Amino acid sequence: MNSDHIAITDQPIEYTALTERVRSNQCGAVVLFMGTVREMTAGRQTVALDYEAYPEMAQQTMQQLTLEARDQWAIQTVAIEHRVGRLELGEISVAIAVSSPHRNEAFEAGRFLIDRLKEIVPIWKKENWSDGTTEWEHPEIEAE
Amino acid sequence: MTVQQIQIKLFARAKELAESELISVSVEQETTVAELRLAIAKQFPQLQPLTSQLLIAVDNAYAGEDQILQTQQEIACFPPVSGG
Repeated sequence: MNSDHIAITDQPIEYTALTERVRSNQCGAVVLFMGTVREMTAGRQTVALDYEAYPEMAQQTMQQLTLEARDQWAIQTVAIEHRVGRLELGEISVAIAVSSPHRNEAFEAGRFLIDRLKEIVPIWKKENWSDGTTEWEHPEIEAE
Repeated sequence: MTVQQIQIKLFARAKELAESELISVSVEQETTVAELRLAIAKQFPQLQPLTSQLLIAVDNAYAGEDQILQTQQEIACFPPVSGG
């Protein structure tokens, strides 16, 4: 059985290699989620995003999420990479690959992993808007 | 009560507001996370825009408000996360 792979990287995410890590003859399904840098958000134009992580805690928290996914679904292997540093439009900020014998488990576990990653893994993004301003995105305090 | 200095790692906007990735906060012995939160707000007023939302982690895990801080632990403080 392949072992799980979890990493924070400042290099472009090789999503083909990441996906290959989870493939096996025991699995009829592989689901890959990629988060990519979007140009328009609520009418504003992004030039680039800066990602920062608390690397040790991010690693541990992602590891914990894969264990929680295993408790809930019959999945075989999980591979997660999150990038940090400056990302241009269209670049991949996060990739999550999950394999399982049947497709439902891979879809559901993949959805769980990206949803929970966005809620608890200590990584932050800063918007670089086209008007030259910058802004940390901190979900619960947008209304201030 | 003996006062001790606790080193706290900061990230993202907290780091920018404090203009430092590491701050030192004075607290009494056997301080809880909730008390540390008050000490940070008092000793680092520049973090005020974030104080009601700051998250505190001890040894790479989210801390409960009643948790008592021990020396040698790694403590971090940061705003709500926004990765992905």
